[in-house]
Amino acid sequence: MPKIPYPLLITGLAITLAATVIAAAGMGYLAIPGREVMSIIAARFTGSGQALDPVHQTVLMDVRLPRVLTAALVGGGLAMAGAIFQAILLNPLADPYTLGVSSGAAFGASLALIVNLSLPGHVSVPLFAFAGALLAVFSVLNLAASDHTYSANSLILAGVIISAILSAGIGFIKYLAGEQVSVIIFWLMGSFASRSWLDTALVLAATMITLLAGLYFGRDLNIMSLGLRSSDSLGVDTVRTRKWLLAIASLMTAAAVSISGIIGFVGLIIPHLMRFIVGPDNRKLIPAALLAGAILLLLADTVTRALLPHEVPIGVLTALIGGPFFCLIFKQKQMGGR
Amino acid sequence: MDIDGISAGYGRREVIHDLSLSLAAGRFYGLIGPNGSGKTTLIDLMLATLAPSRGTVRLRGREVREYSHRQKALEMALVPQDFRINFDFTVYEVVMMGRHPHVPRFANPGPADRAVVQAVLAELEITGLSGRLITQLSGGEKQRVIVARALAQATPVLILDEATSNLDIQHSLHILQVLKRRQREAGTTVIAAIHDLNFAAAYCDEIILLHQGRLVTTGPPKDVLSHDRLQEVFAIDCQVYEQPHSGIHQVAYQY
Repeated sequence: MPKIPYPLLITGLAITLAATVIAAAGMGYLAIPGREVMSIIAARFTGSGQALDPVHQTVLMDVRLPRVLTAALVGGGLAMAGAIFQAILLNPLADPYTLGVSSGAAFGASLALIVNLSLPGHVSVPLFAFAGALLAVFSVLNLAASDHTYSANSLILAGVIISAILSAGIGFIKYLAGEQVSVIIFWLMGSFASRSWLDTALVLAATMITLLAGLYFGRDLNIMSLGLRSSDSLGVDTVRTRKWLLAIASLMTAAAVSISGIIGFVGLIIPHLMRFIVGPDNRKLIPAALLAGAILLLLADTVTRALLPHEVPIGVLTALIGGPFFCLIFKQKQMGGR
Repeated sequence: MDIDGISAGYGRREVIHDLSLSLAAGRFYGLIGPNGSGKTTLIDLMLATLAPSRGTVRLRGREVREYSHRQKALEMALVPQDFRINFDFTVYEVVMMGRHPHVPRFANPGPADRAVVQAVLAELEITGLSGRLITQLSGGEKQRVIVARALAQATPVLILDEATSNLDIQHSLHILQVLKRRQREAGTTVIAAIHDLNFAAAYCDEIILLHQGRLVTTGPPKDVLSHDRLQEVFAIDCQVYEQPHSGIHQVAYQY
Protein backbone atom coordinates (compact mmCIF):
# COMPACT_ATOMS: atom_id res chain seq x y z
CA MET A 1 0.00 0.00 0.00
CA PRO A 2 1.43 3.41 -0.88
CA LYS A 3 2.17 5.60 2.11
CA ILE A 4 0.77 9.06 1.44
CA PRO A 5 2.13 11.78 3.75
CA TYR A 6 -0.60 12.56 6.27
CA PRO A 7 -0.92 16.37 5.79
CA LEU A 8 -1.12 15.83 2.03
CA LEU A 9 -3.83 13.21 2.47
CA ILE A 10 -5.94 15.39 4.77
CA THR A 11 -5.60 18.42 2.50
CA GLY A 12 -6.45 16.30 -0.53
CA LEU A 13 -9.52 14.84 1.18
CA ALA A 14 -10.67 18.27 2.37
CA ILE A 15 -10.37 19.75 -1.14
CA THR A 16 -12.15 16.75 -2.65
CA LEU A 17 -14.94 17.12 -0.10
CA ALA A 18 -15.39 20.84 -0.83
CA ALA A 19 -15.44 20.18 -4.57
CA THR A 20 -17.93 17.33 -4.12
CA VAL A 21 -20.23 19.54 -2.02
CA ILE A 22 -20.24 22.26 -4.68
CA ALA A 23 -20.67 19.85 -7.57
CA ALA A 24 -23.41 17.90 -5.76
CA ALA A 25 -25.29 21.10 -4.86
CA GLY A 26 -25.32 22.08 -8.53
CA MET A 27 -26.56 18.73 -9.76
CA GLY A 28 -30.19 17.72 -10.07
CA TYR A 29 -33.35 18.43 -12.05
CA LEU A 30 -32.40 22.09 -12.08
CA ALA A 31 -28.70 22.23 -12.96
CA ILE A 32 -26.77 25.11 -11.44
CA PRO A 33 -23.16 25.67 -12.59
CA GLY A 34 -20.46 25.38 -9.93
CA ARG A 35 -19.43 29.01 -10.28
CA GLU A 36 -22.99 30.17 -9.59
CA VAL A 37 -23.23 27.79 -6.58
CA MET A 38 -20.19 29.48 -5.10
CA SER A 39 -21.45 32.99 -5.76
CA ILE A 40 -24.86 32.20 -4.26
CA ILE A 41 -23.21 30.82 -1.10
CA ALA A 42 -20.83 33.79 -0.98
CA ALA A 43 -23.75 36.19 -1.46
CA ARG A 44 -25.47 34.68 1.56
CA PHE A 45 -22.55 35.75 3.71
CA THR A 46 -22.05 39.18 2.15
CA GLY A 47 -25.77 39.88 1.77
CA SER A 48 -25.49 40.98 -1.87
CA GLY A 49 -27.58 38.43 -3.74
CA GLN A 50 -29.73 40.83 -5.76
CA ALA A 51 -28.04 40.10 -9.09
CA LEU A 52 -28.57 36.34 -8.83
CA ASP A 53 -31.41 34.13 -10.03
CA PRO A 54 -33.94 33.96 -7.12
CA VAL A 55 -35.19 30.48 -8.09
CA HIS A 56 -31.66 29.10 -8.08
CA GLN A 57 -31.05 30.78 -4.76
CA THR A 58 -34.11 29.19 -3.16
CA VAL A 59 -33.44 25.72 -4.57
CA LEU A 60 -29.84 25.82 -3.48
CA MET A 61 -30.15 27.36 -0.04
CA ASP A 62 -33.42 25.81 1.14
CA VAL A 63 -33.44 22.43 -0.56
CA ARG A 64 -30.11 21.22 -1.82
CA LEU A 65 -27.50 22.51 0.58
CA PRO A 66 -29.19 21.21 3.74
CA ARG A 67 -29.49 17.78 2.13
CA VAL A 68 -25.96 17.79 0.74
CA LEU A 69 -24.40 18.91 4.01
CA THR A 70 -26.51 16.52 6.09
CA ALA A 71 -25.45 13.61 3.88
CA ALA A 72 -21.79 14.58 4.18
CA LEU A 73 -21.97 15.03 7.96
CA VAL A 74 -23.86 11.77 8.49
CA GLY A 75 -21.25 9.95 6.38
CA GLY A 76 -18.37 11.51 8.27
CA GLY A 77 -20.02 10.93 11.63
CA LEU A 78 -20.79 7.28 10.93
CA ALA A 79 -17.22 6.69 9.73
CA MET A 80 -15.76 8.25 12.89
CA ALA A 81 -18.17 6.33 15.11
CA GLY A 82 -17.13 3.15 13.29
CA ALA A 83 -13.45 3.87 13.88
CA ILE A 84 -14.11 4.49 17.58
CA PHE A 85 -16.20 1.33 18.00
CA GLN A 86 -13.52 -0.71 16.25
CA ALA A 87 -10.84 0.69 18.55
CA ILE A 88 -12.82 0.16 21.76
CA LEU A 89 -14.08 -3.30 20.90
CA LEU A 90 -10.54 -4.24 19.73
CA ASN A 91 -12.22 -5.61 16.66
CA PRO A 92 -11.66 -4.28 13.16
CA LEU A 93 -15.01 -5.78 12.15
CA ALA A 94 -17.14 -3.75 14.54
CA ASP A 95 -19.35 -0.99 13.12
CA PRO A 96 -21.48 1.80 14.61
CA TYR A 97 -24.42 -0.61 14.84
CA THR A 98 -22.66 -3.28 16.91
CA LEU A 99 -24.29 -2.06 20.12
CA GLY A 100 -27.80 -2.24 18.74
CA VAL A 101 -28.19 1.43 17.82
CA SER A 102 -29.70 0.58 14.44
CA SER A 103 -32.17 -1.96 15.81
CA GLY A 104 -33.22 0.49 18.53
CA ALA A 105 -33.71 3.31 16.04
CA ALA A 106 -35.52 1.02 13.64
CA PHE A 107 -37.83 -0.14 16.41
CA GLY A 108 -38.55 3.42 17.52
CA ALA A 109 -39.18 4.56 13.96
CA SER A 110 -41.41 1.57 13.15
CA LEU A 111 -43.41 2.26 16.28
CA ALA A 112 -43.88 5.91 15.32
CA LEU A 113 -44.80 4.99 11.75
CA ILE A 114 -47.43 2.46 12.81
CA VAL A 115 -48.89 4.95 15.28
CA ASN A 116 -49.09 7.53 12.50
CA LEU A 117 -50.71 5.01 10.18
CA SER A 118 -53.33 3.71 12.53
CA LEU A 119 -54.13 6.47 14.99
CA PRO A 120 -55.15 10.07 14.49
CA GLY A 121 -52.48 12.66 15.17
CA HIS A 122 -48.83 12.67 14.27
CA VAL A 123 -45.71 11.73 16.21
CA SER A 124 -42.18 12.56 15.16
CA VAL A 125 -40.44 9.61 13.53
CA PRO A 126 -36.88 10.94 14.05
CA LEU A 127 -37.60 11.62 17.71
CA PHE A 128 -38.91 8.10 18.25
CA ALA A 129 -35.94 6.69 16.35
CA PHE A 130 -33.52 8.65 18.49
CA ALA A 131 -35.22 7.56 21.71
CA GLY A 132 -35.25 3.96 20.52
CA ALA A 133 -31.54 4.09 19.67
CA LEU A 134 -30.62 5.52 23.05
CA LEU A 135 -32.81 3.01 24.84
CA ALA A 136 -31.16 0.12 23.00
CA VAL A 137 -27.63 1.36 23.73
CA PHE A 138 -28.53 1.99 27.33
CA SER A 139 -29.86 -1.56 27.69
CA VAL A 140 -26.77 -2.99 26.02
CA LEU A 141 -24.40 -1.04 28.27
CA ASN A 142 -26.44 -2.00 31.30
CA LEU A 143 -26.37 -5.66 30.34
CA ALA A 144 -22.64 -5.56 29.63
CA ALA A 145 -21.83 -3.69 32.84
CA SER A 146 -22.03 -6.85 34.89
CA ASP A 147 -18.32 -7.46 34.42
CA HIS A 148 -17.47 -3.87 35.43
CA THR A 149 -14.92 -3.43 32.68
CA TYR A 150 -17.21 -3.21 29.63
CA SER A 151 -15.09 -5.82 27.89
CA ALA A 152 -15.41 -6.24 24.14
CA ASN A 153 -16.90 -9.71 24.50
CA SER A 154 -19.71 -8.77 26.84
CA LEU A 155 -20.52 -5.62 24.82
CA ILE A 156 -20.75 -7.50 21.54
CA LEU A 157 -22.80 -10.28 23.10
CA ALA A 158 -25.16 -7.83 24.79
CA GLY A 159 -25.52 -6.02 21.45
CA VAL A 160 -26.50 -9.24 19.72
CA ILE A 161 -29.07 -10.12 22.40
CA ILE A 162 -30.78 -6.71 22.44
CA SER A 163 -30.77 -6.51 18.64
CA ALA A 164 -32.39 -9.92 18.38
CA ILE A 165 -35.19 -8.91 20.74
CA LEU A 166 -35.78 -5.63 18.90
CA SER A 167 -35.74 -7.34 15.51
CA ALA A 168 -38.57 -9.55 16.67
CA GLY A 169 -40.43 -6.40 17.74
CA ILE A 170 -39.86 -4.78 14.36
CA GLY A 171 -41.09 -7.93 12.64
CA PHE A 172 -44.27 -7.80 14.68
CA ILE A 173 -44.86 -4.14 13.87
CA LYS A 174 -44.35 -4.83 10.16
CA TYR A 175 -46.89 -7.63 10.44
CA LEU A 176 -49.37 -5.25 12.09
CA ALA A 177 -48.82 -2.68 9.36
CA GLY A 178 -50.18 -5.14 6.81
CA GLU A 179 -50.27 -3.71 3.32
CA GLN A 180 -48.82 -0.41 4.42
CA VAL A 181 -45.57 -2.08 5.46
CA SER A 182 -43.71 -0.34 2.62
CA VAL A 183 -43.61 2.94 4.59
CA ILE A 184 -41.62 1.24 7.33
CA ILE A 185 -39.36 -0.61 4.93
CA PHE A 186 -38.56 2.54 3.01
CA TRP A 187 -37.67 4.45 6.17
CA LEU A 188 -35.43 1.64 7.38
CA MET A 189 -33.45 1.70 4.13
CA GLY A 190 -32.49 5.30 4.68
CA SER A 191 -32.97 8.53 2.78
CA PHE A 192 -31.80 12.12 2.81
CA ALA A 193 -34.85 13.45 0.96
CA SER A 194 -36.21 16.77 2.30
CA ARG A 195 -33.66 17.37 5.05
CA SER A 196 -33.80 20.82 6.63
CA TRP A 197 -31.18 23.12 8.14
CA LEU A 198 -32.31 21.90 11.57
CA ASP A 199 -31.24 18.37 10.67
CA THR A 200 -27.94 19.70 9.40
CA ALA A 201 -27.32 21.61 12.62
CA LEU A 202 -28.11 18.56 14.78
CA VAL A 203 -25.73 16.27 12.91
CA LEU A 204 -23.11 19.00 12.78
CA ALA A 205 -23.18 19.27 16.57
CA ALA A 206 -22.90 15.49 17.00
CA THR A 207 -20.12 15.27 14.44
CA MET A 208 -18.06 18.01 16.05
CA ILE A 209 -18.42 16.47 19.53
CA THR A 210 -17.34 13.11 18.15
CA LEU A 211 -14.35 14.60 16.34
CA LEU A 212 -13.19 16.47 19.42
CA ALA A 213 -13.62 13.39 21.63
CA GLY A 214 -11.78 11.30 19.05
CA LEU A 215 -8.86 13.69 18.98
CA TYR A 216 -8.81 14.12 22.75
CA PHE A 217 -8.82 10.37 23.46
CA GLY A 218 -6.91 9.37 20.31
CA ARG A 219 -3.71 8.32 22.02
CA ASP A 220 -5.58 6.56 24.82
CA LEU A 221 -7.48 4.62 22.16
CA ASN A 222 -4.20 3.53 20.58
CA ILE A 223 -2.93 2.31 23.91
CA MET A 224 -6.22 0.60 24.71
CA SER A 225 -5.58 -1.67 21.74
CA LEU A 226 -2.91 -3.34 23.91
CA GLY A 227 -5.67 -4.67 26.18
CA LEU A 228 -7.08 -3.67 29.55
CA ARG A 229 -4.18 -4.74 31.78
CA SER A 230 -1.54 -3.06 29.63
CA SER A 231 -3.43 0.17 29.06
CA ASP A 232 -4.27 0.50 32.75
CA SER A 233 -0.62 0.02 33.66
CA LEU A 234 0.29 2.72 31.13
CA GLY A 235 -1.81 5.30 32.93
CA VAL A 236 -5.00 5.17 30.87
CA ASP A 237 -8.24 5.01 32.85
CA THR A 238 -9.47 2.37 30.45
CA VAL A 239 -12.95 1.72 31.78
CA ARG A 240 -13.82 5.40 32.11
CA THR A 241 -12.48 6.16 28.61
CA ARG A 242 -14.44 3.23 27.19
CA LYS A 243 -17.66 4.48 28.78
CA TRP A 244 -17.22 8.03 27.53
CA LEU A 245 -16.33 7.06 24.00
CA LEU A 246 -19.09 4.45 23.78
CA ALA A 247 -21.58 7.09 24.87
CA ILE A 248 -20.35 9.68 22.40
CA ALA A 249 -20.04 7.33 19.43
CA SER A 250 -23.50 5.92 20.19
CA LEU A 251 -25.00 9.41 20.36
CA MET A 252 -23.41 10.21 17.02
CA THR A 253 -24.86 7.06 15.52
CA ALA A 254 -28.26 7.66 17.07
CA ALA A 255 -28.36 11.22 15.68
CA ALA A 256 -27.34 9.97 12.23
CA VAL A 257 -29.82 7.11 12.16
CA SER A 258 -32.76 9.15 13.41
CA ILE A 259 -32.21 11.72 10.66
CA SER A 260 -31.40 9.51 7.71
CA GLY A 261 -32.45 5.94 8.52
CA ILE A 262 -30.08 3.01 8.60
CA ILE A 263 -27.12 3.43 6.31
CA GLY A 264 -24.78 0.49 6.40
CA PHE A 265 -21.20 -0.05 5.34
CA VAL A 266 -19.94 3.54 5.67
CA GLY A 267 -19.04 2.96 9.32
CA LEU A 268 -17.34 -0.31 8.47
CA ILE A 269 -15.41 0.26 5.25
CA ILE A 270 -14.26 3.84 5.64
CA PRO A 271 -12.31 3.26 8.89
CA HIS A 272 -10.87 0.13 7.29
CA LEU A 273 -9.85 1.87 4.12
CA MET A 274 -8.33 4.80 6.00
CA ARG A 275 -6.49 2.52 8.41
CA PHE A 276 -5.02 0.95 5.32
CA ILE A 277 -3.71 4.31 4.18
CA VAL A 278 -2.83 6.23 7.37
CA GLY A 279 -2.14 3.27 9.67
CA PRO A 280 -3.87 2.39 12.93
CA ASP A 281 -3.03 5.61 14.85
CA ASN A 282 -6.48 6.91 15.88
CA ARG A 283 -5.29 10.51 16.06
CA LYS A 284 -4.80 10.40 12.29
CA LEU A 285 -7.46 7.84 11.51
CA ILE A 286 -10.45 9.68 12.99
CA PRO A 287 -10.08 12.97 11.03
CA ALA A 288 -9.30 11.02 7.86
CA ALA A 289 -12.39 8.86 8.40
CA LEU A 290 -14.53 11.99 8.89
CA LEU A 291 -13.52 13.43 5.53
CA ALA A 292 -13.58 10.17 3.57
CA GLY A 293 -16.94 9.13 5.04
CA ALA A 294 -18.40 12.51 4.14
CA ILE A 295 -17.18 12.22 0.55
CA LEU A 296 -18.44 8.66 0.12
CA LEU A 297 -21.93 9.20 1.48
CA LEU A 298 -22.35 12.49 -0.36
CA LEU A 299 -21.36 10.82 -3.62
CA ALA A 300 -23.79 7.98 -2.98
CA ASP A 301 -26.62 10.39 -2.14
CA THR A 302 -25.91 12.49 -5.21
CA VAL A 303 -25.97 9.41 -7.42
CA THR A 304 -29.35 8.35 -6.10
CA ARG A 305 -30.77 11.90 -6.13
CA ALA A 306 -29.47 13.34 -9.38
CA LEU A 307 -28.18 10.57 -11.63
CA LEU A 308 -30.58 7.66 -11.25
CA PRO A 309 -34.03 7.93 -12.86
CA HIS A 310 -35.64 6.90 -9.55
CA GLU A 311 -34.37 7.58 -6.08
CA VAL A 312 -32.90 4.33 -4.74
CA PRO A 313 -32.74 4.06 -0.93
CA ILE A 314 -29.33 5.28 0.10
CA GLY A 315 -28.74 2.38 2.49
CA VAL A 316 -29.15 -0.04 -0.40
CA LEU A 317 -26.82 1.98 -2.59
CA THR A 318 -24.00 2.19 -0.02
CA ALA A 319 -24.18 -1.54 0.50
CA LEU A 320 -24.21 -2.17 -3.25
CA ILE A 321 -21.20 0.08 -3.87
CA GLY A 322 -19.43 -0.62 -0.60
CA GLY A 323 -19.84 -4.38 -0.51
CA PRO A 324 -17.89 -5.30 -3.67
CA PHE A 325 -15.32 -2.62 -2.91
CA PHE A 326 -14.80 -4.10 0.52
CA CYS A 327 -14.42 -7.57 -1.01
CA LEU A 328 -11.70 -6.16 -3.24
CA ILE A 329 -9.70 -4.62 -0.38
CA PHE A 330 -10.15 -7.71 1.71
CA LYS A 331 -8.92 -9.98 -1.06
CA GLN A 332 -5.97 -7.76 -1.80
CA LYS A 333 -4.98 -7.57 1.82
CA GLN A 334 -5.12 -11.33 2.18
CA MET A 335 -3.08 -11.98 -0.95
CA GLY A 336 -0.59 -9.16 -0.58
CA GLY A 337 -0.07 -9.52 3.16
CA ARG A 338 0.94 -5.87 2.89
CA MET B 1 5.92 -1.84 48.88
CA ASP B 2 3.91 -3.07 51.83
CA ILE B 3 1.02 -5.45 51.53
CA ASP B 4 -0.97 -5.72 54.71
CA GLY B 5 -3.57 -8.35 55.53
CA ILE B 6 -5.03 -8.35 52.06
CA SER B 7 -7.94 -10.50 50.84
CA ALA B 8 -9.46 -10.29 47.41
CA GLY B 9 -11.26 -12.19 44.71
CA TYR B 10 -13.43 -12.02 41.63
CA GLY B 11 -17.16 -11.98 42.23
CA ARG B 12 -17.94 -14.14 45.24
CA ARG B 13 -14.88 -16.35 44.93
CA GLU B 14 -12.05 -15.25 47.18
CA VAL B 15 -8.66 -15.94 45.62
CA ILE B 16 -6.24 -14.28 48.04
CA HIS B 17 -6.69 -14.85 51.76
CA ASP B 18 -5.20 -12.55 54.40
CA LEU B 19 -1.82 -12.08 52.75
CA SER B 20 0.87 -9.81 54.17
CA LEU B 21 4.17 -9.11 52.51
CA SER B 22 6.84 -6.45 52.53
CA LEU B 23 8.97 -5.78 49.46
CA ALA B 24 12.18 -3.74 49.49
CA ALA B 25 13.23 -1.43 46.67
CA GLY B 26 15.90 -2.56 44.24
CA ARG B 27 15.51 -6.27 44.68
CA PHE B 28 14.54 -9.05 42.28
CA TYR B 29 11.49 -10.95 43.51
CA GLY B 30 10.23 -14.19 42.07
CA LEU B 31 6.55 -14.97 42.48
CA ILE B 32 6.07 -18.71 42.30
CA GLY B 33 3.26 -21.13 42.96
CA PRO B 34 1.07 -23.60 41.06
CA ASN B 35 -1.57 -22.44 38.57
CA GLY B 36 -4.46 -20.84 40.42
CA SER B 37 -2.37 -20.04 43.48
CA GLY B 38 -3.14 -16.31 43.11
CA LYS B 39 -0.04 -14.95 41.36
CA THR B 40 -1.92 -12.88 38.78
CA THR B 41 -4.45 -11.74 41.38
CA LEU B 42 -1.63 -10.55 43.63
CA ILE B 43 -0.17 -8.63 40.68
CA ASP B 44 -3.58 -7.05 39.99
CA LEU B 45 -3.72 -5.99 43.63
CA MET B 46 -0.24 -4.44 43.49
CA LEU B 47 -1.32 -2.43 40.45
CA ALA B 48 -4.69 -1.59 42.03
CA THR B 49 -6.54 -2.87 38.97
CA LEU B 50 -8.37 -5.04 41.48
CA ALA B 51 -9.69 -3.62 44.76
CA PRO B 52 -9.04 -5.78 47.83
CA SER B 53 -12.02 -6.74 49.99
CA ARG B 54 -9.82 -6.31 53.08
CA GLY B 55 -6.36 -4.95 53.75
CA THR B 56 -4.15 -2.42 52.01
CA VAL B 57 -1.36 -2.22 49.45
CA ARG B 58 1.02 0.67 49.96
CA LEU B 59 3.73 1.94 47.68
CA ARG B 60 6.18 4.35 49.33
CA GLY B 61 3.83 4.58 52.27
CA ARG B 62 0.83 5.64 50.21
CA GLU B 63 -2.06 3.38 49.21
CA VAL B 64 -1.80 2.42 45.53
CA ARG B 65 -5.51 3.04 45.07
CA GLU B 66 -4.94 6.71 45.87
CA TYR B 67 -2.42 7.17 43.06
CA SER B 68 -3.82 8.65 39.85
CA HIS B 69 -3.57 6.43 36.80
CA ARG B 70 -0.68 8.46 35.44
CA GLN B 71 1.23 8.62 38.74
CA LYS B 72 0.89 4.87 39.01
CA ALA B 73 2.14 4.42 35.46
CA LEU B 74 5.23 6.44 36.36
CA GLU B 75 5.92 4.10 39.29
CA MET B 76 5.09 0.63 37.98
CA ALA B 77 5.19 -1.04 34.57
CA LEU B 78 3.54 -4.34 33.74
CA VAL B 79 4.27 -7.10 31.27
CA PRO B 80 0.95 -8.95 31.11
CA GLN B 81 0.54 -12.67 30.73
CA ASP B 82 -1.65 -12.69 27.66
CA PHE B 83 -1.15 -10.23 24.91
CA ARG B 84 -3.05 -9.84 21.69
CA ILE B 85 -3.33 -6.91 19.37
CA ASN B 86 -5.59 -6.66 16.33
CA PHE B 87 -4.31 -3.45 14.81
CA ASP B 88 -1.27 -3.03 12.59
CA PHE B 89 0.94 -0.89 14.79
CA THR B 90 4.66 -1.09 14.10
CA VAL B 91 7.05 -2.44 16.73
CA TYR B 92 8.46 1.06 17.16
CA GLU B 93 4.97 2.51 17.77
CA VAL B 94 4.16 -0.16 20.35
CA VAL B 95 7.39 0.42 22.27
CA MET B 96 6.80 4.17 22.07
CA MET B 97 3.44 3.59 23.81
CA GLY B 98 5.56 2.83 26.87
CA ARG B 99 6.39 6.55 26.96
CA HIS B 100 2.68 7.45 27.24
CA PRO B 101 2.76 8.55 30.90
CA HIS B 102 5.82 10.70 30.23
CA VAL B 103 4.35 12.63 27.29
CA PRO B 104 1.63 15.26 27.89
CA ARG B 105 -1.68 14.67 26.13
CA PHE B 106 -1.28 16.95 23.14
CA ALA B 107 2.51 16.76 22.83
CA ASN B 108 4.53 14.53 20.58
CA PRO B 109 7.32 12.33 21.92
CA GLY B 110 10.55 14.35 22.14
CA PRO B 111 14.17 13.40 21.41
CA ALA B 112 14.57 12.01 24.94
CA ASP B 113 11.61 9.64 24.41
CA ARG B 114 12.99 8.52 21.07
CA ALA B 115 16.40 7.90 22.63
CA VAL B 116 14.84 5.76 25.38
CA VAL B 117 12.95 3.71 22.81
CA GLN B 118 16.06 3.17 20.67
CA ALA B 119 18.08 2.12 23.71
CA VAL B 120 15.43 -0.36 24.80
CA LEU B 121 15.12 -1.82 21.30
CA ALA B 122 18.89 -2.30 21.23
CA GLU B 123 18.90 -3.80 24.72
CA LEU B 124 16.42 -6.48 23.68
CA GLU B 125 18.11 -6.92 20.31
CA ILE B 126 14.98 -6.06 18.33
CA THR B 127 16.19 -2.89 16.60
CA GLY B 128 15.92 -4.78 13.32
CA LEU B 129 12.20 -5.38 13.92
CA SER B 130 11.31 -1.76 14.66
CA GLY B 131 9.57 -1.13 11.33
CA ARG B 132 7.74 -4.46 11.27
CA LEU B 133 4.06 -4.81 12.11
CA ILE B 134 3.33 -6.24 15.53
CA THR B 135 0.59 -8.43 14.07
CA GLN B 136 3.10 -10.23 11.87
CA LEU B 137 5.65 -11.20 14.50
CA SER B 138 6.17 -14.65 15.98
CA GLY B 139 5.17 -15.26 19.59
CA GLY B 140 8.74 -14.94 20.84
CA GLU B 141 9.40 -11.71 18.95
CA LYS B 142 6.13 -10.24 20.17
CA GLN B 143 6.97 -11.09 23.77
CA ARG B 144 10.27 -9.24 23.52
CA VAL B 145 8.45 -6.22 22.09
CA ILE B 146 6.10 -6.24 25.06
CA VAL B 147 8.98 -6.42 27.51
CA ALA B 148 10.63 -3.57 25.61
CA ARG B 149 7.43 -1.53 25.92
CA ALA B 150 7.46 -2.00 29.69
CA LEU B 151 11.17 -1.10 29.92
CA ALA B 152 10.55 2.06 27.87
CA GLN B 153 8.17 3.15 30.62
CA ALA B 154 11.34 3.55 32.77
CA THR B 155 9.63 2.92 36.09
CA PRO B 156 11.27 2.15 39.46
CA VAL B 157 9.13 -0.98 39.71
CA LEU B 158 8.74 -3.58 36.96
CA ILE B 159 6.10 -6.30 37.29
CA LEU B 160 6.07 -9.30 34.98
CA ASP B 161 3.31 -11.88 34.79
CA GLU B 162 4.96 -14.96 33.30
CA ALA B 163 6.86 -12.92 30.77
CA THR B 164 8.99 -15.85 29.69
CA SER B 165 6.55 -18.73 29.71
CA ASN B 166 5.97 -18.75 25.93
CA LEU B 167 9.58 -18.33 24.95
CA ASP B 168 12.30 -20.73 23.98
CA ILE B 169 15.18 -21.13 26.38
CA GLN B 170 17.61 -18.70 24.78
CA HIS B 171 15.10 -15.84 24.67
CA SER B 172 13.88 -16.54 28.19
CA LEU B 173 17.41 -16.30 29.53
CA HIS B 174 18.07 -13.18 27.49
CA ILE B 175 15.01 -11.39 28.90
CA LEU B 176 15.87 -12.42 32.46
CA GLN B 177 19.43 -11.16 31.94
CA VAL B 178 18.14 -7.82 30.69
CA LEU B 179 15.91 -7.57 33.77
CA LYS B 180 18.79 -8.50 36.07
CA ARG B 181 20.95 -5.81 34.47
CA ARG B 182 18.17 -3.25 34.99
CA GLN B 183 18.01 -4.19 38.62
CA ARG B 184 21.78 -3.93 39.10
CA GLU B 185 22.38 -0.79 37.07
CA ALA B 186 19.21 1.25 37.51
CA GLY B 187 18.15 -0.11 40.88
CA THR B 188 14.83 -1.25 39.45
CA THR B 189 12.65 -3.42 41.67
CA VAL B 190 11.61 -6.46 39.67
CA ILE B 191 8.61 -8.57 40.65
CA ALA B 192 8.26 -11.50 38.28
CA ALA B 193 5.81 -14.37 38.30
CA ILE B 194 7.91 -17.24 37.02
CA HIS B 195 6.88 -20.79 36.24
CA ASP B 196 10.35 -22.26 35.90
CA LEU B 197 11.70 -22.88 39.39
CA ASN B 198 15.29 -23.04 38.17
CA PHE B 199 15.06 -19.62 36.48
CA ALA B 200 13.56 -18.25 39.65
CA ALA B 201 16.34 -19.76 41.74
CA ALA B 202 19.03 -18.41 39.44
CA TYR B 203 17.83 -14.83 39.02
CA CYS B 204 15.81 -13.88 42.09
CA ASP B 205 17.11 -12.39 45.30
CA GLU B 206 13.99 -13.52 47.04
CA ILE B 207 11.23 -15.93 46.27
CA ILE B 208 7.61 -15.43 47.26
CA LEU B 209 5.92 -18.82 47.35
CA LEU B 210 2.14 -18.83 47.07
CA HIS B 211 -0.22 -21.74 47.53
CA GLN B 212 -4.02 -21.58 47.33
CA GLY B 213 -4.06 -17.84 47.80
CA ARG B 214 -1.87 -17.85 50.88
CA LEU B 215 1.73 -16.91 51.38
CA VAL B 216 3.68 -20.09 52.18
CA THR B 217 6.98 -18.43 52.77
CA THR B 218 9.32 -15.82 51.43
CA GLY B 219 13.10 -15.62 51.46
CA PRO B 220 16.24 -16.31 49.43
CA PRO B 221 15.91 -19.21 46.94
CA LYS B 222 18.15 -21.53 48.99
CA ASP B 223 15.83 -21.22 51.98
CA VAL B 224 12.52 -21.38 50.12
CA LEU B 225 13.26 -24.18 47.70
CA SER B 226 13.41 -27.36 49.70
CA HIS B 227 12.35 -30.87 48.91
CA ASP B 228 9.60 -31.01 51.47
CA ARG B 229 8.12 -27.64 50.67
CA LEU B 230 8.04 -28.24 46.91
CA GLN B 231 6.41 -31.58 47.51
CA GLU B 232 3.79 -29.96 49.69
CA VAL B 233 3.00 -27.08 47.32
CA PHE B 234 3.51 -28.55 43.85
CA ALA B 235 2.98 -32.22 44.73
CA ILE B 236 6.18 -33.19 42.95
CA ASP B 237 9.15 -35.25 43.90
CA CYS B 238 12.49 -33.55 43.39
CA GLN B 239 15.96 -32.94 44.66
CA VAL B 240 17.39 -29.52 45.36
CA TYR B 241 21.13 -29.17 44.91
CA GLU B 242 23.67 -26.40 44.86
CA GLN B 243 25.61 -25.81 41.67
CA PRO B 244 29.29 -26.12 42.57
CA HIS B 245 30.68 -22.92 41.00
CA SER B 246 27.86 -20.42 41.04
CA GLY B 247 26.37 -21.44 44.36
CA ILE B 248 22.94 -21.24 42.70
CA HIS B 249 20.37 -23.71 43.93
CA GLN B 250 18.64 -25.78 41.28
CA VAL B 251 15.79 -28.24 41.29
CA ALA B 252 16.17 -31.65 39.69
CA TYR B 253 12.82 -33.33 39.14
CA GLN B 254 12.31 -37.02 39.77
CA TYR B 255 10.40 -38.51 36.86
